[in-house]
Amino acid sequence: MSRLYATFKYTVIAIWACFVAGPFMWAMTTSFKDANGVQGGATYIPWLQYKPTVTGWHNIFGGAGGVDVVHPFVNSAVITVAASAISLVLGSLAAYGLSRYRFKAGFIKNSDIVFFFVSQRIMPPVVLVVPFFYLLQSVNLLDSIPGLVIVTVALLLPIAVWVMVDFFNGIPREIDEMAMLDGCSPFEAFVRAILPNSLPGLTVAAMFCAVFGWNDFFFAFRLTFTEVQTLPQAVVALNSSIPPWWTLSAAALFGISPLVLLAVWVERYLSKGNLSGAVR
Amino acid sequence: MDGLRRHKSMFLLPGLLTLVLIIIFPLLFTIRVSFSGWNVSNPQMDFVGGANYVKMLHDSRFWASILRLGLLAGGTVLIQYVIGFGVALLVWRDLRGRRFWRVLFLIPMMTTPVVMAAIWQTIFHESLGPVNDLLGRLGLSPVHWLTGSGPALAALMTVEVWQWTPFMFLLLLAGLLSLPKEPFMAAAIDGAGVWRTFRKVTFPLMAPVSVSAIIIRLIEASKLSDSVYVLTSGGPGSSTESPGYYLYIRGLKEQQTGYGGALSLTYLVLMIVTLTVVAALLAKAFKVKGNA
Repeated sequence: MSRLYATFKYTVIAIWACFVAGPFMWAMTTSFKDANGVQGGATYIPWLQYKPTVTGWHNIFGGAGGVDVVHPFVNSAVITVAASAISLVLGSLAAYGLSRYRFKAGFIKNSDIVFFFVSQRIMPPVVLVVPFFYLLQSVNLLDSIPGLVIVTVALLLPIAVWVMVDFFNGIPREIDEMAMLDGCSPFEAFVRAILPNSLPGLTVAAMFCAVFGWNDFFFAFRLTFTEVQTLPQAVVALNSSIPPWWTLSAAALFGISPLVLLAVWVERYLSKGNLSGAVR
Repeated sequence: MDGLRRHKSMFLLPGLLTLVLIIIFPLLFTIRVSFSGWNVSNPQMDFVGGANYVKMLHDSRFWASILRLGLLAGGTVLIQYVIGFGVALLVWRDLRGRRFWRVLFLIPMMTTPVVMAAIWQTIFHESLGPVNDLLGRLGLSPVHWLTGSGPALAALMTVEVWQWTPFMFLLLLAGLLSLPKEPFMAAAIDGAGVWRTFRKVTFPLMAPVSVSAIIIRLIEASKLSDSVYVLTSGGPGSSTESPGYYLYIRGLKEQQTGYGGALSLTYLVLMIVTLTVVAALLAKAFKVKGNA
């Protein structure tokens, strides 16, 4: 590896790292400003360029005249966990069925069913949201956590099936056959022999579900109003009023913090080679 | 045999039925409503024939948004692919602190698009944001990032590239990490250099992953609307409107439910057809056999 190439490599990585980290650094520094720190033009370094305060952080954790982000955080967490769990259970059952048995109904085969699941990702939320509104209204679930969980499952189930079909295809059939020879029913074989071997795949699917569930804005935006507010809604609401940038930045950083921790996990599974199945 | 059939269905049906039940009503509703004159002053499911579709044919703002989405999605996904692949290659092998870089480069795709769009809005702020500040330090004049139509599109594309290149990076790096070692050893024995190895070994081996990564990103990019809503609200004028955002204005904000339904269906069908064609073309261009 030539010296020139090494220099090139580290330069590119440094430039990309600055671009990737930039918005977070900016949000971090802005979250410690107040009106004085923002209105004089862009400043970056606390103490040197502006006097840091914790007003922004105080505002999101119960300060007077602040905003409530803790309840939306809890709502987001409950919805994400519930919708992910339902999608993972239904998704891995369906994926296991599709990977082990042959289904045929007319011209529809296994690959078509997998395609049906995955193709639901193409549905733009804006197309679904009006019918969902009347659907939830008719069963009295507008502006409620269960209502939002149901529609979020529509977003996450395709992801769970997509990841798990490939993963189950990679597990040798001998494992289920051995379990069934030992007297397990197909369902018991799935639970006792396959699931324990599927943790890496389930983890990858869970991570994708968590990210897309947590980050959903549009459904929450149009299907909940006063009772249930999710975190993305709370942050966007801050943006549309006259923006106190410090509160917005603090709320944004608070809102994305669980996801940043997830990135560390994703990398671990990436290094172990467990994500490769999901790409094919 | 009967027992086996029951087990088969027991695995598949709960998930399949759930998804069908959640999806089928919205689809039928949208098809039906698109033939009705349902709007804010006439909220009922009457029948107006194809009036909404005729109106749509003359709706230049809608067609402009479709064309804009094509350019936006095509452009940003191409940039994401080039950068994502490049960076994935750089952190693939021997590199100091590579786990740190990998985590850092993954983070943007994890973060909430609307939340980060709100932060980006402060970054692109004309007088108080850091972008114009840095341009000023370089002796350049400030740019009207969110009020000029060209710059606003550039800002939107920047945000999309920032947010989603990591997703491309993730899929491509996962692909790279699962490649067999032998072809690379053979290339090394032949004395192939970095570029030759990439052109003759890495790139062809990565073709299937490349095609699926690009298609996945195109599918997600075709739904673009949240970040438009927060970053520019489609403005200035309608110069950054995506079909998703335009639908939001007509169907939800102005509550032209019937017309919104017609737009929705057209948008959906156009996206499905385009993406299918693009997927076939990509598979051909990358010489991938079978369906990706």
